[in-house]
Amino acid sequence: MTGSPAATGGRDAFAIRMEGIDKTFGSVRANRGASLEVKPGEIHALVGENGAGKSTLMKILGGLQKPDAGKMAVNGRDVTGWTTSDAIASGIGVVHQHFMLVPTLTVAENIVLGMEPRNGLRFDHAKAVADVEKLSKETGFAVSPNAKVADLSVGEAQRVEILKTLFRGAKILVLDEPTAVLSPPEVKELWGVLRKLRDAGGTIVLITHRLDEVIEISDVITVMRGGQTVDRLKTSDTTPAQIARAMVGRDVVLSSRDEASALGAKVEGDGAPLEGFHPSDDMTSAIRVNDLVVMGSRNTRAVDGVTFSIRPGEILGIAGVEGNGQTELIEALAGLRPIVSGLMRVNGHDVTREDVSARRDAGVSHIPEDRHRRGLILDYTIADNLVLGLQADYTRRGLLNGDRIDENAAKQIEAFDIRPPSSELPARALSGGNQQKVVVAREMGRRFSILLASQPTRGVDVGAIEFIHSQLREARAAGKAVLLVSAELNEILALADRVAVMYRGKLTKVIPIEQADEEMLGEYMTGTRSETAA
Amino acid sequence: MSSRFRENIEEALFPPIVALLVALICGDLLIMSYGQSPGMVYRLLLEGTWGNAYGFGQVLYKATTLTFTGLAVSMGIRAGLFNVGAESQLAAGGFLAGLVGMGLSPSLPGILAILICMVAALAGGAIVGAIPGWLKVKFGAHEVIVTIMLNFIVLALLNYIVAARIHVPETLHTPEIANGVLPRLESFLPAFHGSAANLTILVALIVAGLSWVYLFKSKRGFEMRAVGLQPEAAEYGGVSVGGAWMRAMIISGAIAGLGGINYVLGYKHYYEEGFAGGSGFLGIAVALVGRNHPVGVVLAALFFATLSQGGLAIHAFVPKQMVEVLQGVVILAVAMSVPEVRAALRRARKPVAA
Repeated sequence: MTGSPAATGGRDAFAIRMEGIDKTFGSVRANRGASLEVKPGEIHALVGENGAGKSTLMKILGGLQKPDAGKMAVNGRDVTGWTTSDAIASGIGVVHQHFMLVPTLTVAENIVLGMEPRNGLRFDHAKAVADVEKLSKETGFAVSPNAKVADLSVGEAQRVEILKTLFRGAKILVLDEPTAVLSPPEVKELWGVLRKLRDAGGTIVLITHRLDEVIEISDVITVMRGGQTVDRLKTSDTTPAQIARAMVGRDVVLSSRDEASALGAKVEGDGAPLEGFHPSDDMTSAIRVNDLVVMGSRNTRAVDGVTFSIRPGEILGIAGVEGNGQTELIEALAGLRPIVSGLMRVNGHDVTREDVSARRDAGVSHIPEDRHRRGLILDYTIADNLVLGLQADYTRRGLLNGDRIDENAAKQIEAFDIRPPSSELPARALSGGNQQKVVVAREMGRRFSILLASQPTRGVDVGAIEFIHSQLREARAAGKAVLLVSAELNEILALADRVAVMYRGKLTKVIPIEQADEEMLGEYMTGTRSETAA
Repeated sequence: MSSRFRENIEEALFPPIVALLVALICGDLLIMSYGQSPGMVYRLLLEGTWGNAYGFGQVLYKATTLTFTGLAVSMGIRAGLFNVGAESQLAAGGFLAGLVGMGLSPSLPGILAILICMVAALAGGAIVGAIPGWLKVKFGAHEVIVTIMLNFIVLALLNYIVAARIHVPETLHTPEIANGVLPRLESFLPAFHGSAANLTILVALIVAGLSWVYLFKSKRGFEMRAVGLQPEAAEYGGVSVGGAWMRAMIISGAIAGLGGINYVLGYKHYYEEGFAGGSGFLGIAVALVGRNHPVGVVLAALFFATLSQGGLAIHAFVPKQMVEVLQGVVILAVAMSVPEVRAALRRARKPVAA
């Protein structure tokens, strides 16, 4: 393995060099000939939209995944397809977005975990504390070794996470979305830490969506899109607009707009998805949200004063990098998360305090962003999943009406082309696209006036994407109000009538789709431009 | 659809059968280590249980209590809760049934008295089951810890009440009930003479049937199983997760409590300290081997009752504790074989179309 004659480039000047990396998961091509070149002693930003393949590329670098094709070298040594322990031994440290710390142990214990100093058979606590203090002094990261990790702030915990990798001798540090959880002063502190590391000769790869941060901290930028490396820029010679353009680029889905509507026409012919729709029910009003505040899991204001309204027959798109409050917004609208303050009206009725079922009865349908966690019960049959949330409508005197559930399943499987067309199969056995069709069939194949569609095409194949898009257009044509949250800018641009960008819990002013373009949305999404809705 | 049904049956039946075979082999080795012939010991075991009316009656009696506790545990597991408290729920149900039965007027029609005692048994178990349910929903207290601890508290409390207040002198049991006796099977079939089997077995079968309807045919059951499989998806489906947990614990406790009438109304006609005798804990094994399905639970209850009664029949040749070892082996083998055998079954079938 070592000293292989095939080593890429012998002793080139790159700390990391990845070339032509391919990686496929099922039907998804996460990396398609991706490349990355990082010089020692630089802070290198790896940017791109969700699903651009950044994390996969870093997982391959860290040895968590093996590439299907391509070569990679670290410090000139060919290390293609190595394991995590090889990577750690060679000085690669990955700091994940979700901390891997034991909350009940102290800082020092966490840092030395797995490489504990020993005194005979016993754990040498005093030496662990001394080691950590020494490391803390050398690197200039202030931590208190005896504090319990559970008591630390997120920023401090992250510092511990970084120290942990340095303790294991990391020379190349990969940080996955390090600022997603940090407050602005903590971000500043992190930059100080990273600059110190770089100046000491360390190499840092930073995955991020936020272009303001990229400009501030990085030396070189690699932009990925659709699994490919599309651009490599020197930070000092570039502008956020340029990066945003490279990030969002153009994509095939956008150009298939006509094709998708052609497919929609076919579905219209079937007519089934819209059964039970009476235009007069819905035309007068739709959804209105005023100054909504919702708390996130970390007790922060994940949704911070959001106001919008949607007319019947309109799709409002919410663009934005994930983690800016979209999940919390949709969950709050669906009744899954308490609304702290603000007002939500559906067809004129105040439903702010209503629960999930009451909102569903009021006409709110919801395609959740995570079908495996929320949208489906994977061990339930397709037929049962097609009535999840509607079970009360299929109940008489407390007992489920099996015949009607089967009838409904047969109808929906046909109308939404769910394959294989077997209502008794557990949802688990279906492909991602067909699982999503089950969710879409349930939520759109019934009477509703408002659809909350969260990442409706995530992780599904192209055919299913087009089908779901055509369904959303159908819904609009039938006078439904649709709130479309998507991390795919192309999807928003292809479907929405108006678009708003969500950034750090707030919505930018809602703009008609004709006035929006990718570059501008990209700037709002990454925080380089801001104009908050009144 | 029929092939799907067959697959379900296969996945339900194969793991316990494989586990049983493993247990048989272990049993062979154990018996041989005592210098006995496995064939002879197994024959004795069967003759002492299914081979004569008295033995069979005892099997039915033991299986009746185990059906209740097995159903109770499986009801909890269906909602994603592990109820380890069936032992004390069973005792509390039996105690309340006995207490109420003592106070009933002998002139009351028998059927009415029985129903009143049954409601008391249900209530006794439900109260003990509701406490861990409420603590979980309200404070997030883990139901395993709470039910284990409640076992000690409830059993000690009942012990105190009986010993300090209402026991018959020189015994650890209460006076006999005045009304509400469930007839033994021997009064219909004289061959069962002497065995404890009584009409509670019909109640057990009815409860098993109702459990099946509740779990698989009712809206509440649909929601409860959803909570057990994926609480977040259930919540999305408009189900109150806390409500489903509360209901599951109350129903689970009530079913275990109702099991108390087997002893109190059907066998001894009084509550006695320690009558549960581990049936609540064995209910966990019954639920596990019965795959949390009411039909499976009834079969598993019969199986464990057979082993338990059979232990007495073979006592002359090998220690009766041997069957306890066998029970342990079956439980371990089922626990391990479920995923293994299922995976093997799936591999053997052609893959489902993607």
